[in-house]
Amino acid sequence: MSDQTGQTVPAAGLDTFPRLLMHHAKVRPNRPAMREKEYGIWQTYTWAEVAENVRAIACGLAQLGFKRGDRLAIIGDNRPRLYWSVAACQVLGGIPVMLYQDAVAEEMAYVLQDAEIKFAVVEDQEQVDKMLEIHDQVPFLEHVVYDDPRGMRHYTQTLLMGLDELQEMGRIHDRNQSDFIESEIAKGATDDISIMLYTSGTTGKPKGVCQTHGAFIAAAQGGTQFDKLTDQEDILSYLPMAWVGDHLFSFAQAMVAGFTINCPESGETVMTDLREIGPTYYFAPPRVFENLLTQVMIRMEDAGWFKRAIFSHFMKVARRCGAEILDGKPVSFADRLQYQLGSLLVYGPLKNVLGMSRIRVAYTAGAAIGPDLFRFYRSIGINLKQLYGQTETCAYVCLQPDGEIKLDSVGKPAPFVEVKLADNGEILVKGPMLLKAYYKRPGATAESINEDGYFMTGDAGFFDEDGHLKIIDRAKDVGKLNDGSMFAPNYIENKLKFFQHIKEAVAFGNGRDFVTAFINIDLEAVGNWAERKGLAYSGYTDLAQQGTVYDLIREGIEQVNVDLAADPMMSASQIRRFLILHKELDADDGELTRTRKVRRNFISERYKVLIDALYGGADSQYIETEVKYEDGRTGKIAATLRIQDVKTFSPQAARKAA
Amino acid sequence: MAREIGDVILDLQNISLRFGGVKALTDISFDVREHEIRAIIGPNGAGKSSMLNVINGVYHPQEGTIVFRGQERREMEPHMAASQGIARTFQNIALFKGMTVLDNIMTGRNLMMKTNFLHHAMFWGPAQREEIEHRKKVEEVIDFLEIQNIRKTPVGRLPYGLQKRVELARALAAEPSLLLLDEPMAGMNVEEKQDMCRFVLDVNDQFGTTIVLIEHDMGVVMDISDRVVVLDYGKKIGDGPPDEVKNDPKVIEAYLGTSH
Repeated sequence: MSDQTGQTVPAAGLDTFPRLLMHHAKVRPNRPAMREKEYGIWQTYTWAEVAENVRAIACGLAQLGFKRGDRLAIIGDNRPRLYWSVAACQVLGGIPVMLYQDAVAEEMAYVLQDAEIKFAVVEDQEQVDKMLEIHDQVPFLEHVVYDDPRGMRHYTQTLLMGLDELQEMGRIHDRNQSDFIESEIAKGATDDISIMLYTSGTTGKPKGVCQTHGAFIAAAQGGTQFDKLTDQEDILSYLPMAWVGDHLFSFAQAMVAGFTINCPESGETVMTDLREIGPTYYFAPPRVFENLLTQVMIRMEDAGWFKRAIFSHFMKVARRCGAEILDGKPVSFADRLQYQLGSLLVYGPLKNVLGMSRIRVAYTAGAAIGPDLFRFYRSIGINLKQLYGQTETCAYVCLQPDGEIKLDSVGKPAPFVEVKLADNGEILVKGPMLLKAYYKRPGATAESINEDGYFMTGDAGFFDEDGHLKIIDRAKDVGKLNDGSMFAPNYIENKLKFFQHIKEAVAFGNGRDFVTAFINIDLEAVGNWAERKGLAYSGYTDLAQQGTVYDLIREGIEQVNVDLAADPMMSASQIRRFLILHKELDADDGELTRTRKVRRNFISERYKVLIDALYGGADSQYIETEVKYEDGRTGKIAATLRIQDVKTFSPQAARKAA
Repeated sequence: MAREIGDVILDLQNISLRFGGVKALTDISFDVREHEIRAIIGPNGAGKSSMLNVINGVYHPQEGTIVFRGQERREMEPHMAASQGIARTFQNIALFKGMTVLDNIMTGRNLMMKTNFLHHAMFWGPAQREEIEHRKKVEEVIDFLEIQNIRKTPVGRLPYGLQKRVELARALAAEPSLLLLDEPMAGMNVEEKQDMCRFVLDVNDQFGTTIVLIEHDMGVVMDISDRVVVLDYGKKIGDGPPDEVKNDPKVIEAYLGTSH
């Protein structure tokens, strides 16, 4: 196999996934394509074996009457045989439809109806039961094939069939008609739909996103080139198969680069399996990285004082120079030496415990990752990066290049991708990885792709001076100051909320001359601070109006202003005036949504006098507010609120300070 | 149904057991058929655990005969019962707390290991091959009971419900034809009970294992067992299918009526 290592796949003629699969089966038949831990042992399937299994499933499905263009629902945890079923469906020119395995039967019924599913391949009894439960709502469902026969001995429904049986049937068919598969693969074209992934549907019903072979292959090729992935990579496939990221990393990229995917034994064993596999390429949402770090910290607290001292010393060293060393920036010789020693004593063993010793590239996305968390992983030498993308763009728009990592950007546009900003700051994307259409929703498709062929992401952002994209807000929330510069309230509020003393913030500025803000202090954090200072207070309202608390908060806001000033796009958004509200914003009073998002319009109506005072130049304002208590009674809180000015900074001064 | 209840495999006739002057069991007769789930119920101190101990040879009854698979026996030692395919779990968990789940389950296969101590000490040749064979069986049990995630965890660190499951695993590792379960669901919450019920039914269904179980939870007993024996003060007061037993006035008076 040595002559095939370290190369990416040439693109010529390999323009569909089935062709890629057969290519790997020919070129690297004995390289591991998939591993699955079963009965406590990692079982390996080579590319040749995978191809053989895929053929068998494809032939079996064809025998059941699966036709080109039919949709195949696939539901379950990350199992090799489910990935094979995806490939088999593609061989037959069908469209795999991925469903979230933890969805309840009702939700599945909607997707099965929407996609008019006739065939489903599901993992186990649990999913079979769901299919049986909703069968009368989806009458066209004709065949449900299950992977794991456990507990299913007494299921007699004619609808059901074991995957083993199906494969057996397929193998016979494949022997008798050995050119069937080849002719089916030959019929495939690169702009056929290769997969349907449903959007989460936080706004309205889920929509089926149809992606072509070409789109996912382009996204995968771009990614593998960008990070120089080879067929030697190992990846742990543990995120839902229905999520676009898993399909990109575990299916498309594996098919393009020919590397190995590893399926964990079960959901609960992921951490153990991670250590055993030691992936070289890894993806996790911020939450996972956070949990791992918490576990490490808890275990460190239980360690003896000597170990703790060593750990904290070398973590300090890592914080000072670890990220710089990873980025290849100049670092003093003494620090380098210390870091080397730290690698030996702390970072190496720590990475081993985390299962991250071999990681070359790790990505996170999906939510904002806290700066401390991000810095921690980078400082111990794990090349953790961020990316940006949606289901509609194969999760592939921007990637952070090695050595150019910024905490608050999502990197540069990925290869083949064109990113443009609309006048309102909305991010527009064009490239080969765009969706072909929303399934059966021409209206929605037309709405999301503009006349120039750009996909409208709905996110607002801007490029910094190095060409890195920063995501700031949902586009619909972004407004303008009177001087025409951009005003992104969420971006500013998030920056404010990074301070531990600030719990909630509401920024105003759309259609105004400058930016102002309401602040909610964090009663616990500020209360602790007040206690240490020996400050007496009677409750939230009292504490919030103390002069020293205003000073504390003002310092925080000035820090944010320094930050904002350093950014040419944002320097006009520096906060000029602020006040601390006399009560905490509360969902019961309708000021926040149940998921604790600020209801901007409601707040600006309710506290109109305060906003007028902020812009009117007064230095205090009396307010009376009706509040609802938890038992349903209402009461009134009245207070005279101070309003204070905040220092702003010129961009040049800020850059020096930063 | 794949599992069909077969012939009598265990027949207990006129069993009496005394500890000095205390009569634990008096003149009890009942039988167990192949592939069935047979429950023994009764109030505290009724003699249920004693009954199980008689079956696997821990106690030797003063009177009565036990016929297991056509073989009559009066005196029998626990290891003989084990080698005849009888395995059991205990009311108060009997596992090695400091050992991992995997090692604990491996002990269930001790009896089947053929290579000698010296071979094992060196872990060489046949011993190694044998260990791998046994490990395969154990892994099947681990998979069956869905405890992969705690394979390497010391038993002492596990919550109670899981320890019970490990005990069942250890018993299953011996590939028994008759499985004795002493209060497998005692002290469990509803969810753990449901899981355990499913496993007991699955074991019975998939491996055809005959199961004798003692249980206090009437709902569980009535749901999963084929036939029920009711003991009270060491005497048998009822025997039959759950529905029949449930409506037996004697049983209601002794047990169901007073305590429920």
